[in-house]
Amino acid sequence: MDLKEKLVSSFLAFENGVDVDNPVHDIRSEAIKKFEAKGFPTKKEEAWKYTSLNTLQKIDFSIFPKKESNLEYRDVKKYFLHEIDTFKIVFVDGVYSSFLSETTHDGVDVCLMSSALNKPMYKQIIDVYFNKIASQEDSLTSLNTAFSKEGAYIYIPKNKIPKKPIEIIHFATGNEAALLLQPRNLIIAEENAEMQIIERHQSLTSNEVFTNSVTEIFAAKNAIVDYYKVQNDCTTASLIDNTYIDQKGGSAVNVHTFSFGGKLTRNNLNFYQNGEHVDSTMKGVTIIEGKQHVDHHTLVHHIEPNCESHQDYKGIYGENATGVFNGKIIVEKIAQKTNAFQQNNNILVSDKATINTKPQLEIFADDVKCSHGCTIGQLDEEALFYLQSRGIPKKEARALLMYAFANNVLESVRIPELKVRINKLIANKLEVRLGFDL
Amino acid sequence: MLKINNLHARVEDKEILKGINLTVNAGEVHAIMGPNGSGKSTLASVIAGKEEFEVTKGEVFLEGENLEDTAPEDRAHKGVFLSFQYPVEIPGVSVTNFMKTAINESRKAKGLEDMPAKDMLKLIREKSELLEIDRKFLSRSLNEGFSGGEKKRNEIFQMAMLEPKLAILDETDSGLDIDALRIVANGVNKLKSKDNAVIVITHYQRLLEYIVPDYVHVLHNGKIVKSGDKDLALELEEKGYDWLKQEAAV
Repeated sequence: MDLKEKLVSSFLAFENGVDVDNPVHDIRSEAIKKFEAKGFPTKKEEAWKYTSLNTLQKIDFSIFPKKESNLEYRDVKKYFLHEIDTFKIVFVDGVYSSFLSETTHDGVDVCLMSSALNKPMYKQIIDVYFNKIASQEDSLTSLNTAFSKEGAYIYIPKNKIPKKPIEIIHFATGNEAALLLQPRNLIIAEENAEMQIIERHQSLTSNEVFTNSVTEIFAAKNAIVDYYKVQNDCTTASLIDNTYIDQKGGSAVNVHTFSFGGKLTRNNLNFYQNGEHVDSTMKGVTIIEGKQHVDHHTLVHHIEPNCESHQDYKGIYGENATGVFNGKIIVEKIAQKTNAFQQNNNILVSDKATINTKPQLEIFADDVKCSHGCTIGQLDEEALFYLQSRGIPKKEARALLMYAFANNVLESVRIPELKVRINKLIANKLEVRLGFDL
Repeated sequence: MLKINNLHARVEDKEILKGINLTVNAGEVHAIMGPNGSGKSTLASVIAGKEEFEVTKGEVFLEGENLEDTAPEDRAHKGVFLSFQYPVEIPGVSVTNFMKTAINESRKAKGLEDMPAKDMLKLIREKSELLEIDRKFLSRSLNEGFSGGEKKRNEIFQMAMLEPKLAILDETDSGLDIDALRIVANGVNKLKSKDNAVIVITHYQRLLEYIVPDYVHVLHNGKIVKSGDKDLALELEEKGYDWLKQEAAV
């Protein structure tokens, strides 16, 4: 039985565990039909030309983990941003771990999707927001919607700012030979609200893990959301991250994606600007080697005038690693005075590494500023000589230049401790001996 | 200090240096002048070990040691310093962190421990004052967005930090206004000692009013065609290079 059949037939079993009278279940039922009709995307589709899900579909993934798993905090501490105090929503093999988590209802809601979907007090919000910005066409999103049950639910009311950053962490323990996870997150920032979120998926063994995640983010008027995705997983862990962001007037949403490891990583990052003076920022650093594959597909839909979008993605690919960057920008006719900037720079360290990079601009307005650029290159020989002439050996000089190339994306990271962490991760990845502290 | 014998070098198929002979002793300042394209910058790069240039004949000795097949970083560790005509911008690495890395790599090559942070800070403060460099400047990304003058001052700051035996200043005066020129020259003069040597590569006599050379050499078409004392620089300023080109053609 292939994975699609297994999933479709599992839906009946899934229904036994949820409240089928809840209106949300109509959405699920609709979604499984869509997935059944479309199936997994294939390389014949333009958007999946360079990323194949074939090998993943041959693996016999468990859809419902059988065993409960416990983790000791000290064993997984290093995956948390433990240098500072944070709210934590932690899942172990897809199941919420109250022991590792720190949630809150004090003025803001930092809690669970399962609560939000089931408790009457959240019904109104679920009716308004759940599955409203997520694609109704994308089959992987439909698959996630069909099985949507657990994940993070964050609601920040008007003018509120949570006391500390929020970490969403998914651990896979390897209790199952192969595990499929489908977290579903809903994040809402009301008018003038602000928040900082760090999301991480971490497999703790070399057993196969396949995560198909969907996150919906709603930023109301003048809200600010900083979202950091840390993707530094095992080479047996695959992630498809589908993130949909709805922005109202004056809001600013910044998403940083740090892709440092994983078997296959696909980021579908979609921004919809439903208001004026919206600012959407996407930054990414990808550093991979071996046979790893990272695919960034971004979409910014400029639907209103006077908005901005900024994209800056850097990639360093070694050995047989493969990368994809596809940046789609749509500027509707009404969206005059749009300022859309997109940049993708790549360094190929080995002859066998590849990157496919493509800007995709569809501009229907005439008074706009749109710029895009992509480069693929090796390291600058002149810069290398400059560093060597100061006594820095060639290997270190190369590493330092790659480090410099990647780390200027970090300037916009607004959690200093996280910035230091990422800086160190980059330095470690590149084996650069920094003669200085960060 | 430095001895160059019949040095020939080329880049791709083009021969640029066609038999350079030069001896520089400790405590001396040598100026190398010459028209555009005569090979001045190539000579500087070859001494510093740039791999793009292929040495086809001749040798470069530093303190009696043949530098053939010596990597640029090893030459730096042995005391060669090149102040670049066009310093490279390195975003994301601050001037301070760059200098710490460079100094500690040099120390590592000599089997020394990293310089203690306190000593490093003291050294940075001392040398930045010498070059009249603002502290804020040191936390900026290396050469990124620096003016021409700032880049050159930063080069001499690096020289002050690394204390080379042989410093080659490649057109350090270009792009400098008179105040910056004075500061840079003052820095170089303070670093001069009987144990080190300086080679100043320049187009114009202007810098040599501040850094007074013991010897002046004129490079033309890959060869030193005339050597003299500092008066030769004045003569060149007055007459241009044409008379030398004619002399060389004879």
